[in-house]
Amino acid sequence: MRKTAFLTIIPALGLPALALAGLATFGALMPESFPSKRTFESMAFQMPELGLLTLAMFLPFVSAGFNLSIIATANVSSLFMAWLWTSRIPADAGAATQAVWLFLGFVGACAVAAAIGAGIGAMAAYVGVHPTLTTLGVMTLLKGIGISLTRGAPITGMPPAVQFLGNGTFLGVPMPLAVFAAAALATALVLGKTSFGKYIYMIGSNINAAYYSGVATHQVLIGIYVFSSLMCALAGLVMTARFNSARMGYGESYLLLTVLAIIMGGADPNGGFGKVWGVVLALFVLQIISTGLTLYGVSQHISLAMWGLVLILVLAVKYCNRRWYAPWALRRQAEAVKAPA
Amino acid sequence: MRTDRIAMPSGGVGGVRAAEAGSAEPARARNRTAERAGARTLRDGASAPTRGPIVVLRNISKRFGGNYALKGVDLELEKGEVHCLCGANGCGKSTLAKIISGTYRPDRGAVIVIGGREHPYLTPRESRDCGVQVIYQDLALFPNLSVYENIAFECNLGSLRPYRESRLRALAREALDAMKFDLDPDEPVENLTIARRQQVAICRALAADAKLVIMDEPTASLPRVEVNNLLAAVRYLKLRGITVVFVNHRLDEVLEVSDRVTVMVDGVKIGTFPASGMDKERLTGLIAGRRIDAGKRTKAAAAGETALEVRGLTRAGQFHDVSFALREGEVLGICGLLGSGRTELALSLFGMTRPDSGEMRIRGRAVRFRNQRDAIKAGVGYLSEDRLALGLIQPQSVKDNMVLTVMDRLKTFAGLISPAKRDRTVAEWVERLDIKAANVDDAVSVLSGGNQQKVALAKWILTDPKILILDSPTAGVDVGAKDGVHRLIRRLAERKIAVAVISDEVSEVYRNCDRILHFRRGTIAGEYSPDRVSERELAGMIENG
Repeated sequence: MRKTAFLTIIPALGLPALALAGLATFGALMPESFPSKRTFESMAFQMPELGLLTLAMFLPFVSAGFNLSIIATANVSSLFMAWLWTSRIPADAGAATQAVWLFLGFVGACAVAAAIGAGIGAMAAYVGVHPTLTTLGVMTLLKGIGISLTRGAPITGMPPAVQFLGNGTFLGVPMPLAVFAAAALATALVLGKTSFGKYIYMIGSNINAAYYSGVATHQVLIGIYVFSSLMCALAGLVMTARFNSARMGYGESYLLLTVLAIIMGGADPNGGFGKVWGVVLALFVLQIISTGLTLYGVSQHISLAMWGLVLILVLAVKYCNRRWYAPWALRRQAEAVKAPA
Repeated sequence: MRTDRIAMPSGGVGGVRAAEAGSAEPARARNRTAERAGARTLRDGASAPTRGPIVVLRNISKRFGGNYALKGVDLELEKGEVHCLCGANGCGKSTLAKIISGTYRPDRGAVIVIGGREHPYLTPRESRDCGVQVIYQDLALFPNLSVYENIAFECNLGSLRPYRESRLRALAREALDAMKFDLDPDEPVENLTIARRQQVAICRALAADAKLVIMDEPTASLPRVEVNNLLAAVRYLKLRGITVVFVNHRLDEVLEVSDRVTVMVDGVKIGTFPASGMDKERLTGLIAGRRIDAGKRTKAAAAGETALEVRGLTRAGQFHDVSFALREGEVLGICGLLGSGRTELALSLFGMTRPDSGEMRIRGRAVRFRNQRDAIKAGVGYLSEDRLALGLIQPQSVKDNMVLTVMDRLKTFAGLISPAKRDRTVAEWVERLDIKAANVDDAVSVLSGGNQQKVALAKWILTDPKILILDSPTAGVDVGAKDGVHRLIRRLAERKIAVAVISDEVSEVYRNCDRILHFRRGTIAGEYSPDRVSERELAGMIENG
């Protein structure tokens, strides 16, 4: 048994292997420029935006739902923060007053996001509309409101503390990466170690059976979308900080890329299965590809194409695993158990 | 084969019509023989003129996970006979029908002889090409399409010929006339009653040149008058030399038109009998006789105080004026047919639905549940009859399924779940209930039915219930494993839990319950003690509705 146990672990090593292969390939192609501190720093600054939005998509996805309004929610909450910070903080405010305002701005943005999420969750739980449809509506609604309020213009000129959050480093760790790491850890804890997280997986597989087992599915659904929207607010904060501005329409190309990262990270498209570390690894792989190709002088569009290609490859490998490898490994294990007896 | 199929429908049906038109209405007997002759010569032009078997099944077994749905079944269906496949829920009769229709593939070693060739299994396409047509319980019609489009639907399949409405209409007309059904071809199917939809489905089978029509529980949703119309339609089919197989839960309704009856119990064929010597009594005897060998009555524990008292519970359209009491340590059987309202009652007791009137008392205190969580808090557990869709979360692990109801109790400080506590709980109950699982991290779906049911029971035992409602606890559980579930039910009662077993299997209720309530048409029709009635008497009362 012991000797064959490793067989079932092999498929889980796919993404780390892919990441290593990517690093090795680009390292070999560009031995001077790629394996440098700068490369990894730029990766660390770029990944968190998509990463946080992916986390925002992740909970709904695991629960067999969907949140199309992640970008819109992120932008609306960042607009709220930016508006508060640029218009309400006096120019001569001291550090303490500034800190209070910064805090209020972020908490306010979280409250806005939470309200949006609660609305989506309530629609799913009590009205029974599939979240994809609700969030399609919410996305369009928020976008319209945001653009009409700002006339499509960005709000610029963030306080220095906010800019630090986007571009500074703390103990050598880029701040956005630190925020993302904390958020990923929190998500992993919620999903893996709380009853709320367990219920999310259960609901993702079969919401009716979960309800029959006494799970408060309505409340859990609302919780999922509130959590998702809070992640959006965090993503909004990081985006505002990185660009030193907020605008409706930032990051729109990320919407479906989050799904790409989630699927690549091994989540089940039907819901019920998926791990945060898989998603983080997938994001890492994607970032290696895009940074490596950019350094190599290939256009961004090609690196986007590569992302699509990698996803398809990952899915193909997964299919082969399920169709041939997994049954073979199971048989081997069964034989190994039988043999000594 | 191919040209056969395309040419046959109009030819076959048309021929029948011609024969009918030729004979006068009063000469009924002559008319029938003429019809049959007409149908024969046209239909069976190429095949042997004698009545041979149309399908022969040999050694059919089918396993689902670790569960035998069928075990070494042999069956022959004669040309032009009406054959009734009979048995209780989960006896494998529907599975057998699905093997003939190519929906399921039998396990290795099976032989299916159809159309003069031997197959290890059939694909749906092969089955259809050999003239097998299945009329499912839900009929599988297109509600938004009209009657004629549904009937002639097969015309649209498998060819690139342009869609010709007139051809479809003609074909539908012929089928309707042949069956003497009075249906408007242009009516959308969604406007029709169930009985009328069934007629459409029958015509569709006829238009598709069926040689063998399998009807899955055709009488289940029909009022008595409509059943008679259905039987008349079946006689027409028979006259055309078409074999009809009824897959039926109940025998009496279709017995009068049947030629032979095959009785199945727990995936095994008891035998095929001529319909003439068969009646309700004998069938019950055959099923029960077989069953009694499988186990004896379990012993009652001493019953304690009243755990649940229900008075005049009513929910419009589902059940009315239900009153009974359930004591600690007692196993109460609630026996009734499918659709008698027994599950609806259970859902109200479990807080899933709210009764319109009446009261419920748990240990003397009046309760009113807003939702299922109130019921669980009050000490009620409900094991769903539908283990696949509602009882367990099939793709998730044994472990997570088992502790789902008590997730909050596994928390340590900071509200995080303690894996150690969870694993201890799971290991304890896997051992105590003797659950055979290779790995508790595996999906619960890989377990056999009996072990799955034990996981589902463990989930409820963990909540420390005072009252446990078990809805069809052995549905889809292997014969051998049923005993295990029954013993477990007794052990629950010994732990002072009040258990209510809902079931339509009389033998199960008879052998495992201390008292039996007969549930009929939404209310309690009688109460019996297994000490005072025989199983056969009880079965007679309950199965006659």
